[in-house]
Amino acid sequence: MAASSERSPPPFPDSEEPELLEDSDEGADAFTGTSISEMDSPSPDSTRPTKDIFNDPIEEIFSDPLSTINSEPQKKVDTKIHSPSSDEAVDLFSDALDDDSEVMSSPEVQNPIPDLLDEPVEAPKSDVLGEPPVHKNAAGQQDVLEDPPKGSSKSSSVKKAASAELFDDDEDEEDLFNETPKVVTKKPQPSGPPVDVFTEVKSDVKVKPQVKDDPTDLFTEEALTAPAPKPSASSSSSSRTNGVHSEEQDLFSEATVELSLDSPLNDRKKKDDVKPSVSAPAAPVASSSSKASSKTLEELEEEESEDKFDLNISVTNPEKVGDGMNAYMAYKVSTQTSLTMFRSKTFTVRRRFSDFLGLYEKLSEKHSQNGYIVPPPPEKSILGMTKVKVGKEDHSSAEFVERRRAALERYLQRVVSHPSLLQDPDVREFLEKEELPRAVSTQTLSGAGFLKMLNKATDAVSKMTIKMNEQDVWFDEKIQDVENEEQHMRKLHVMVESLVNHRKELSGNTAVFAKSVAMLGSSEDNTALSRALSQLAEVEDRIEQLHQEQASNDFFTFSELLADYIRLLGAVKGCFDQRMKVWQRWQDAENMLQKKREAEAKLLWANKPDKLQQAKDEIAEWEAKVTQYEREFERISATVRKEVIRFDKEKARDFKRQIVKYLESLLNSQQQLIKYWEAFLPEAKAIA
Amino acid sequence: MEGSSAEAALSVSANSIRITDVTQDGDVLTFAIASQKLNSSAGVCVFRMYEDFDWLQQSLFSEENLPGLQGIIFPPLPSKALPSQSNTQTKALKQLGFLALGQDWQSYCKALEFYLQQVAAHPTLCKCKALDSFLINSESPGKQRGRKGIFNRLSQAVEEMRKESHKDVDNFFQNERNKNTNLAASSKVATEKLLDVVMTEQKLAVACGHFATSLHLCVNQDDAAAVAFSKVCLKLSDVIEAVKRNYEKVASNNLSTLGLGLDLESRYQESEKEMLFRRTCKLIELETVKKGTEKAKANKREVMEAFQKAVEKEFNLISSVAKQEIERFHSSRVKVLKTFLIGWCELQLNTAKEFAELYSQHLEACRNMYSE
Repeated sequence: MAASSERSPPPFPDSEEPELLEDSDEGADAFTGTSISEMDSPSPDSTRPTKDIFNDPIEEIFSDPLSTINSEPQKKVDTKIHSPSSDEAVDLFSDALDDDSEVMSSPEVQNPIPDLLDEPVEAPKSDVLGEPPVHKNAAGQQDVLEDPPKGSSKSSSVKKAASAELFDDDEDEEDLFNETPKVVTKKPQPSGPPVDVFTEVKSDVKVKPQVKDDPTDLFTEEALTAPAPKPSASSSSSSRTNGVHSEEQDLFSEATVELSLDSPLNDRKKKDDVKPSVSAPAAPVASSSSKASSKTLEELEEEESEDKFDLNISVTNPEKVGDGMNAYMAYKVSTQTSLTMFRSKTFTVRRRFSDFLGLYEKLSEKHSQNGYIVPPPPEKSILGMTKVKVGKEDHSSAEFVERRRAALERYLQRVVSHPSLLQDPDVREFLEKEELPRAVSTQTLSGAGFLKMLNKATDAVSKMTIKMNEQDVWFDEKIQDVENEEQHMRKLHVMVESLVNHRKELSGNTAVFAKSVAMLGSSEDNTALSRALSQLAEVEDRIEQLHQEQASNDFFTFSELLADYIRLLGAVKGCFDQRMKVWQRWQDAENMLQKKREAEAKLLWANKPDKLQQAKDEIAEWEAKVTQYEREFERISATVRKEVIRFDKEKARDFKRQIVKYLESLLNSQQQLIKYWEAFLPEAKAIA
Repeated sequence: MEGSSAEAALSVSANSIRITDVTQDGDVLTFAIASQKLNSSAGVCVFRMYEDFDWLQQSLFSEENLPGLQGIIFPPLPSKALPSQSNTQTKALKQLGFLALGQDWQSYCKALEFYLQQVAAHPTLCKCKALDSFLINSESPGKQRGRKGIFNRLSQAVEEMRKESHKDVDNFFQNERNKNTNLAASSKVATEKLLDVVMTEQKLAVACGHFATSLHLCVNQDDAAAVAFSKVCLKLSDVIEAVKRNYEKVASNNLSTLGLGLDLESRYQESEKEMLFRRTCKLIELETVKKGTEKAKANKREVMEAFQKAVEKEFNLISSVAKQEIERFHSSRVKVLKTFLIGWCELQLNTAKEFAELYSQHLEACRNMYSE
């Protein structure tokens, strides 16, 4: 009780959650004790009004249905919960207990609960039971629906899963409800208008659950840990949504931050300290939504700590393992870091090429749908690898191995330099874990590769069919820019390739020339001239070495750099496509909603009330979807935008770095040349 | 010998001979040849076409009243340039080698200039009237060509195969012939290889140019990040441009010094080979005559012996002239090669220093940009 009292007062707006939690945990006792006093007065009044409201509003709502509801609830949600909830909460409780274990919505409702608790349980229950229950549920659900969408859009994908989970939770909750029914009721009431909706809502219960993204995760976890905490979990989930709502306008990241804050609080109340940390940041168990939120959180952290970024990864010691066609190359991946997220400061693992590919598959599966640019690894080269496998230790295969080694190193460095990807458990596992599960390897890859090809094909088709009406000028220009840039890069790559080839040719020609000069020197009679010529041959030999080094410098600094960026630009385009897909989904939902509304209008006209209800339900469902998809679109747009800006910055930095490196190599070779010529000059002058 | 007959000596100074200009009219190149009179400050300028050079060379070959003419190593005249056939660049390269490179036939002019200087500096050839009239007469010396005479290369090629390996009576010449064969071959190869190097350097320069130009495509002023990247691209473009100039410079250094030197060396070796071959022919002739004399009937014996004596005398004369020529050739070619090598080395050294300086400036600029 003490804890509850403490928490509840301070946070009032957001504090609702904590209160809820307390209630759930400590159950009836708490309620009776503290809350009753408060609740008593408001509850009786509230119950009456609610009933009235139900009757009237419902009709109105039906006529104007969703539109009015949506607008109101979203805005008001936070405020509503506080005051009104208490009054009506009582009614809801009773409902929840009796009819709907499904009331899922209740979790949201719960926020206000603490205040209400005492009263609702006793008196309201009875009143409400008959009709109200339904209303209440509906109301709560509505709130949830409307509010959560915002949150959900941010957290994106989770919704569906969440809904399913919610159901399960609901069942559990029912038990809880019985004990702490009071808690649940509060919210539903606050949403006055929702009451009308009840009928619809009930049928659509699924929709409602969807709204709650975050809650689901928590539920599952909590459920796993202990049944008792469930109510609290629900409350926590609700709190999350609340938090989300308030900050929705702000950046996603902020919202998530608050979420994280909320959850820990809840957990404390539950006394499960462990949970919060696990659930939010890393826990692989957590659903995608939780991941998303955790990512954003980490991203924030990363941005703050970007300056102190300290992580050096090198890929060394390529080594052939095995014989024949089963042979593969293993590389030593050494990491040096002061980041605390790793177990030690330096560690080394051995990885084979397919592990690198596997890492990419995992990362892109998880992150590219959210609009992140996942750096692509070097391509698989059957020709190159076959050569290596055959075991010819010739020049070209050595070059191939070195080239791939360098590419893998750059690939890993790009991955870890991405703040969100660095936090991915798979990345850490890749860098730290001694043995990676072999499942990652080629077989899965070939399957995945095939799927990818299919996906790409369908993407290409949909790209042609999707004609996106781009609203955002920034994206419009950026997409064009990226397209152009890719072409330029390709052109540059061709140029550099020819440059490198010429250099190699020059190096070869110089070598031949050196030989012929040596021949000339050896057949020369004049000893001084002969010596000078053989010296010259040596000089040319060294120059040939220089050319060769320069050729590989050209190659590794520019050719490979450009090749990397061509691949990366592909990934960037993938992000744009991803965004477009989300947009398309939103538009489709919009169209569907339109159709449903038209259908409803027809029904109204035809005066078929029996089907009308179903039509309204459907409209509500699609409205929720539209809002959710729109949020998702906004979110992915924000992410993609951020990613692209980051990509541009990285690119400029990368190129700068390479130019400096290149100039250093140029300077170095000129200095070598000076040395050579200075050494040769006296020889030439000594010719008598 | 030199200056012994003042009246026949060349009236212009050998060192002052320059080809100052070349004009191209269709397929015909006209060279402006300037030289300095020996006894006055007056300069002479004449215009000559390749045909005139060819006429001069033929005149030298067929110079009469010059004892031991066949023992002389004639300065080699570059083969004819065909400027209008620009589409047969590779063919021109094959034919002329280095001389086909360079802007506006610079290296070709250099080679012709060097040829004239060598002829004028030659102790025997400088007395030739044809040279004087070539250098001084404003009139073109006439188009009489076709007097290939004994030096017809075609017939020579056939005989060469048979007589090349003929054993010499004189060890000195035998050695010289062996060495000459070696040197001629290896200097030719070296020239070709250097030519390859230069060609590649030029290609590289062109590739750098393309690269530098393409980098300008990436310039984009849309937003801050794009501007930053554009700056980087432009910087890189500058750098690559510098690399391009570096290669152009290195290539032209190679061309104007070592390239010309090796080319000259290789052609001179050919010329010496021709001289040695002429001498070998004479030797074979002498040996045939000797055999004929031994087998000759008594009544013809005297005639034959007289004939043999004449041939022998001629052969000895050729041999002695050849010996002088060979010595002169060796010392001069070492000197020539030395100057070319030194000039080359110095040029390359300067270029390397210049660009090292330039690169370090760029590097400095880049690092500053990096820290911005």
